[in-house]
Amino acid sequence: MTLAGLLVGAGYPQFSTAAYNKTSFETKSINEAIKMQGGGVISESKEVLINAPDYAENGAAVAMGVSTFLPDVRKILILIEKNPATLAASFQVSDAVESNFSTRVKMSQTSDVYFVAISSDGRAMYAKKEVKVTIGGCGA
Amino acid sequence: MTEPTRIRAQALGEKTTVRVLMNHEMESGQRKDASGKIIPSWYIQEMTVMLNAKVVLTAEFGTSVSKNPYLQFILKGGKAGDKITLSWRDNKGETRSDEASIT
Repeated sequence: MTLAGLLVGAGYPQFSTAAYNKTSFETKSINEAIKMQGGGVISESKEVLINAPDYAENGAAVAMGVSTFLPDVRKILILIEKNPATLAASFQVSDAVESNFSTRVKMSQTSDVYFVAISSDGRAMYAKKEVKVTIGGCGA
Repeated sequence: MTEPTRIRAQALGEKTTVRVLMNHEMESGQRKDASGKIIPSWYIQEMTVMLNAKVVLTAEFGTSVSKNPYLQFILKGGKAGDKITLSWRDNKGETRSDEASIT
């Protein structure tokens, strides 16, 4: 290891062991992305709550919120079906945070957006919503 | 060169609402420049949040996260004066770490 690498490793210990799950962020398949993120049986659930707009005027920044009171959630995923790569973000829930996240994503076109809660036994529960996009955001 | 992350953390009762705005281009790798060449992707891949030096949240991002990523989440616990540290690493290996106190 180079000295620079050593210094980086020393300053950011949390990244030295973390492995970015790159392939899950490259697939076009919702199912594959969920599986690569550790999801097993996938089922729809009313207990995954979505806060997303019906229409997004600007696909470059679409506000997305997801929350759930399901117990034992270990990961929350946001996936945009028709984007060049479907998986947008994956949050690892610890006991110190609630399963409640809001962020902004790009949308290339009108698409279903999937919000997935993966529990520690691998069950992947999702809710989805179609968001209509007026101006696509992948060129933005 | 990276720009600081803006962090605002407000304690209310037993919980702390944290809002962050990271400064990053989040280039998707899909866009082309004026001459038609693809602009290479450049985006934050991993993000970690610590509360008083203990990791409480890690996240992975793809290229679909918007420019200057915004994130809101809720900590169970946390009180005024506690330290929130947010670090990220992008696909070029650049890292950045910023700190704020809960108010």
